[in-house]
Amino acid sequence: MSNTSTINSQGPLLTNDGVPLKESLRKSLRRTKIRSFLLILVPLLFVLLLFVTPIAQLLSRSVDDIKINEAFPLTFAQYEVWEDKSILPSEEMFAAVINDIRITHKIENSEGRNIGKNLLGRSGTRMTYEYSGWRSLLLKTVKEAIKVDKKSKEEIKPYKWDAPYKERMIKRDKRWGKVEFWQSLGAMKDPYTMGYYLNAVDLRYDANKNIIQKVEYLRVYKTIWMRTLQVSLMVTIFCLILAYPVSYLLATLPMRISNILMICVLMPFWTSLLVRIVAWMIMLQQHGVINDTLVTILPCFEGMVNLPFFGATNIDLCFGDEDRIPMMYNFTGTIIVMTQILLPFMILPIYSVMRGIPPSYMKAAQNLGATPTWAFIRVYMPQSVPGIGAGCILVFIVAIGYYITPELVGGKDGLMIGNFVAREMQQTLNWGLAAAMGTMLLFAVLALYWVYDKFIGIDNLKMG
Amino acid sequence: MPETEPVVQFENVQKSYDGEILVVKDFNLDVAAGEFVTMLGPSGSGKTTCLMMLAGFEPVTNGNINLKGKPINNVPPHKRGIGMVFQNYALFPHMTVAENLAFPLEVRKIGKSEREEKVKQILDMVQLGGFGNRRPMQLSGGQQQRVAVARSLIFDPDLVLMDEPLGALDKNLREQMQYEIKHLHENLGLTVIYVTHDQTEALTMSNRIAVFDDGIVQQCSTPEILYERPENAFVANFIGENNRLMGTVEAINGDQVTVKTDSGDIVVATKINVNSVGDRATLSLRPERIFVSPTKGRTPNTYSAKVEELIYHGDHIRTRFSVCGHDDFIVKIPNSIDNVSLQEGKQVNIGWMPEDCLALDG
Repeated sequence: MSNTSTINSQGPLLTNDGVPLKESLRKSLRRTKIRSFLLILVPLLFVLLLFVTPIAQLLSRSVDDIKINEAFPLTFAQYEVWEDKSILPSEEMFAAVINDIRITHKIENSEGRNIGKNLLGRSGTRMTYEYSGWRSLLLKTVKEAIKVDKKSKEEIKPYKWDAPYKERMIKRDKRWGKVEFWQSLGAMKDPYTMGYYLNAVDLRYDANKNIIQKVEYLRVYKTIWMRTLQVSLMVTIFCLILAYPVSYLLATLPMRISNILMICVLMPFWTSLLVRIVAWMIMLQQHGVINDTLVTILPCFEGMVNLPFFGATNIDLCFGDEDRIPMMYNFTGTIIVMTQILLPFMILPIYSVMRGIPPSYMKAAQNLGATPTWAFIRVYMPQSVPGIGAGCILVFIVAIGYYITPELVGGKDGLMIGNFVAREMQQTLNWGLAAAMGTMLLFAVLALYWVYDKFIGIDNLKMG
Repeated sequence: MPETEPVVQFENVQKSYDGEILVVKDFNLDVAAGEFVTMLGPSGSGKTTCLMMLAGFEPVTNGNINLKGKPINNVPPHKRGIGMVFQNYALFPHMTVAENLAFPLEVRKIGKSEREEKVKQILDMVQLGGFGNRRPMQLSGGQQQRVAVARSLIFDPDLVLMDEPLGALDKNLREQMQYEIKHLHENLGLTVIYVTHDQTEALTMSNRIAVFDDGIVQQCSTPEILYERPENAFVANFIGENNRLMGTVEAINGDQVTVKTDSGDIVVATKINVNSVGDRATLSLRPERIFVSPTKGRTPNTYSAKVEELIYHGDHIRTRFSVCGHDDFIVKIPNSIDNVSLQEGKQVNIGWMPEDCLALDG
């Protein structure tokens, strides 16, 4: 016992060689640590490159107004000193715009290539988001402010336009005389903006950068957000209702039968999303399988019948062509198809939790005097809660960002925020707005995750 | 057994899961009030199936089970009022210990104050007074075991079933719990049916043991009789350690038989279940009933044996001999001062009394 370990009441623990125990331990673990770091290096780089970077990009793009501030520094400086923003600004502001155009126009990058023209074009696009018409007005003005010789591609100097500009500009295009254009600059005057986020919830900045509601006819996104929430919630609830009994069967039936059932659950999972949606379209459309069947099998009867107790009654029982139920290109379609598509995401986590609940609990509860129903409610269900939580959170998260299904079967009133993100990305090219919406979705999911952790605990999350 | 009605009666019970194989072939058992009956057998012998039929989790294929004189074949489990301790305790993990214990009272619609009173009482009884607010997972194996027992007793059932309740515990704890359950049984006058595959457990705890094999009760008796007078080779082999010599019956003389072993030695044994001369017989000998170097004439059966192996066990030395053509003949020699010292490879005489050598079916 004497030299197996040296324990001093004062000093640190030492090994037999007199090296501090902690240092010795650290040394012995170093190799393992290095090896495990090397092992995770590739996935780590992968995640950094393909996950963290795009998200960082997304975040920065959603608040970024640097470019336009680079292009129009004088104008925004003038904007700060514009006092009464309900009347047109003074000549200095008009001059600042022209000067900014002339300076920015010539900006070159480090390799000597002109990037100023491109910058002006993009600024015009950016301005159009705040007030439509800006882009064409700006580009038109650029042409006027800088004349380029067709042959030499050189600027023709002295400029044809000269101070004072105010009247000349208004005369050339009367939009310069509309104070709303000038006011809309207020939203862009800082290099970082919350404007995209405001836009995404139907708000905007006024000329003094106060947050106000958009005009009535431009308020679209709030409805879409609410609908997205509603669709996700309803899909989650329907999935839960459908998945719970299936999961229970999967977990309790004999292996042979439950395996077959499991294949039935997974089969759609392996089928292409598009194929499934098209299949649903065939089922649900106006002249689809379901409606056709209803029209064929439901009786069509109209007339007087002599019913016992009721006497002569006029009965109008008819499911004709005009009664076909609209189940697609609307809200209903989105709900039906999304529920079917997301069902496995609910079944699998619930099943995996249920499989871990030994049948002896139900037996014990019954043995102690509980009816099978009561045993199920009081003993089985509470133990399946982690699975329910995981399933719900998973389905909700996937549903909230859903895009393809609403796009194909959603029609007008079944569209979700994902569709609008895509629209901003592909059609309007307002990437800032798309990024803001994406970021909001991301944070909605993170918030959900946090709530789940708070109430159920992330450790209980079992994904299958 | 007194003339009172048995608490449980199995009458010609048969059970099959697939309609082809009988798992329980013909089970008859009466359990009297206050008895501790153990169903003992290797896994797959049908003992747990019998327990599950009694608890109501498996339907009886044929025959009757009566509880206090009433047939219960068609009574659902929750109306049988039988307490049960499950193999892995089946304590509800989402409830506290107190909630677990209150559960059977709650479903019986017993008022809150009475419930709390009973829970407190029974927790004290199993020495877990301060543990009511813990979750089962926060308890040690032995404590969980006690809670499970307490839960099966709290609603005063006529009968308590225990399905290998000590299987998950380590050896020391298991022995301790055996005594605790035994004492509970004695102090409360419980009627217990206990299932185990551990023969020591069965021997220490039970009033009677039903030894199961292959869906049939091989013997149902008190521990002493099972050990001293097993009725057949299976029981002899299953209960306690046992040396077996195979042979053929040469002569039957009242209670004694003469058996010629396959190696040609003649052994005098007690007749248990051999019927006629020429039958195959298994001679069963307990390792602690063998004399090493007996004084001449003391044992009618004396043979020369070779010491093959000595294994030191502390309180005894386990010695492997080869004798009568059998090279796995175990003898337990007490580790006492006056014992002969043996050496591996040495030849010695060993012998035994005819009453310790049982002639069983071959």
